[in-house]
Amino acid sequence: MSSITGVALPEETPSGGQPKPLDADRASTGRLGDRIFGGAALGSGLLIVVIVTLVAIFLLAQAVPALSKDHANFLTSTSWVTSQPMAFGIAQLLWTTVASSVVALLFAVPFAVAIALFLTQYAPAWLARPAAGLIDLLAAVPSIVFGLWGGFIVAPKWAPIQHFLSDTLGWIPLFKPTAGITGGNTIFFVGIILAIMILPIITALSREVFAQTPTTHKEGALALGATKWEMVRTAVLPFGRPGVISASMLGLGRALGETIAVMMIISGLPNGAKWTWSLFNGGATFASKIASDASEFSGGLSTGAYIAAGLVLFILTFVVNAIARIIIERRKDFSE
Amino acid sequence: MSSTTARPEVTFGSKSSGRAIRNTVATVLVWAAFLIALIPLGWIMWTVLTKGLHVLFTGTWWQKDQSGALPPGFDHNVRGARHALVGTLEMSVVTSVIAIPIAIMTAIYLVEYGRGKVARLVSFMVDILSGIPSIVAALFIYAIWVTTFGLKLIPVCASIALAMLMIPVVTRSTEEMLKLVPNELREASYALGVPKWKTITRVVLPTSLSGIVTGALLGFARVAGETAPLILLAAYTQYLNENIFSGNMAALPTMISTEFSNIGDAVSSERLWGAACTLILLVLVINLLGRLVGRLAKVKK
Repeated sequence: MSSITGVALPEETPSGGQPKPLDADRASTGRLGDRIFGGAALGSGLLIVVIVTLVAIFLLAQAVPALSKDHANFLTSTSWVTSQPMAFGIAQLLWTTVASSVVALLFAVPFAVAIALFLTQYAPAWLARPAAGLIDLLAAVPSIVFGLWGGFIVAPKWAPIQHFLSDTLGWIPLFKPTAGITGGNTIFFVGIILAIMILPIITALSREVFAQTPTTHKEGALALGATKWEMVRTAVLPFGRPGVISASMLGLGRALGETIAVMMIISGLPNGAKWTWSLFNGGATFASKIASDASEFSGGLSTGAYIAAGLVLFILTFVVNAIARIIIERRKDFSE
Repeated sequence: MSSTTARPEVTFGSKSSGRAIRNTVATVLVWAAFLIALIPLGWIMWTVLTKGLHVLFTGTWWQKDQSGALPPGFDHNVRGARHALVGTLEMSVVTSVIAIPIAIMTAIYLVEYGRGKVARLVSFMVDILSGIPSIVAALFIYAIWVTTFGLKLIPVCASIALAMLMIPVVTRSTEEMLKLVPNELREASYALGVPKWKTITRVVLPTSLSGIVTGALLGFARVAGETAPLILLAAYTQYLNENIFSGNMAALPTMISTEFSNIGDAVSSERLWGAACTLILLVLVINLLGRLVGRLAKVKK
């Protein structure tokens, strides 16, 4: 199944129940055509390894000179001054990035799991395919349209709800109202829009694992007198849990790196704004900061500060994706 | 699928009301989650179509660029989006030309050749590449092109960055399709003495062609809507530029983000929603076309 979200659970889908392709390593005749073609295939594969390695090397190499000239603590400072003398730190960017993505995940995962259950267990047969198509269509909407719609249409409607939340829950530091931020363009709201954007990918992958639940498990539960929900809870959900977790990690990776939608929605903070844990605050994520300051790139040392931020984002997404991958691999070892 | 699993007609003892209620609640929640998820899609389409569709029917939209446009507030003509549409299509096509051969060869390596550690490494790296945020890919190209080699940015830089995003999408979908080709076909070909490379190009690839086309079209639709790399690598211009190797080149996403800064102005707002409508229709049409190709091929099989 070529999933529209661009990621598949690679090792897990057992190629539609068919045997694995031939181990025809000796089918190669050693003739010139075979050697060239095989070499080209291997070359393409290695090219991808090289590209990912180069990304890490180049970002690191260009971030280091800027970091050595940084007069602030890179990890704990909240200021962002890239003119000489440079004083930049990622604390505020890291907080905004992680907070908005975690909010997105908290909203998206329950919905995605419920929708995946709907598509695989509950929907009538005639509805399941078109319904899945509709959810996939959401993944096809360009992120700039999400930004436009979220920032310009939805944010004003969100503002009153946010006021209500900060009025009633304001005693919790996370929901404290922030001075100067009146509209709905906050970290929390960005999280909601990001949740909609990563919903299709989590749904698509969860759907694939739920659909693979062995029929014997499900029939076993039903035969013991389980209701449909009990069957889902005892057979489908435990079977799919590792898949859902890794799908969530992939969704988290998407949310961390989302650029244009965040940039269009979130309201910026003045340099040196006071630190607050509130989610009803503006700010910038790594990606939106890099993109919104792109016009100031001069190619000199100051660009290095942004490349350093990009490097942190790269490491963050790398770790999240690697975890997702490891969970899938482990599941493969144990589930069979 | 699940509907075929027979629910037992005879239940031993009666369901307690608590269990029955929980079952009903779960069913309602699951249906509700699906219906709620449709709201954003409907809302987005409704917003974009009501605000932008009529702009597409103005005579100049498809024929003119924005040359002669005055500063916002002083201009009363919407003019056209030809420059942005041409730019988007050109950059996406060049991206496909770079990405698709690499992606297909990588998929062939993973399915037909790769065994052991190297294949695992390549497969892992494809996953990592698919997780790289678009802005990081753009930053990488910027770090090579501008800060290392000191070259001037040209539109093809954006295509290279976009290719990094397209390669994993097409690789994964091609891989899935190649795995579906029955081994009997390969065996028959080998038995006739056909070399491996000819078996792949003449038997395996044609069999899975429709699936590969689907993957490529979905990848194309994804990069056509990407904005972040363009912001860094392909500066917007109001003029039509057909040369991908020089100057600035407009694209629909950068046209939207440029007009977004003047959204209060009526004419800018028209252009903005017109461009958004053009972009979303372009992406959805290509996307649906891709799925149609996949669907038709499945019927034949």
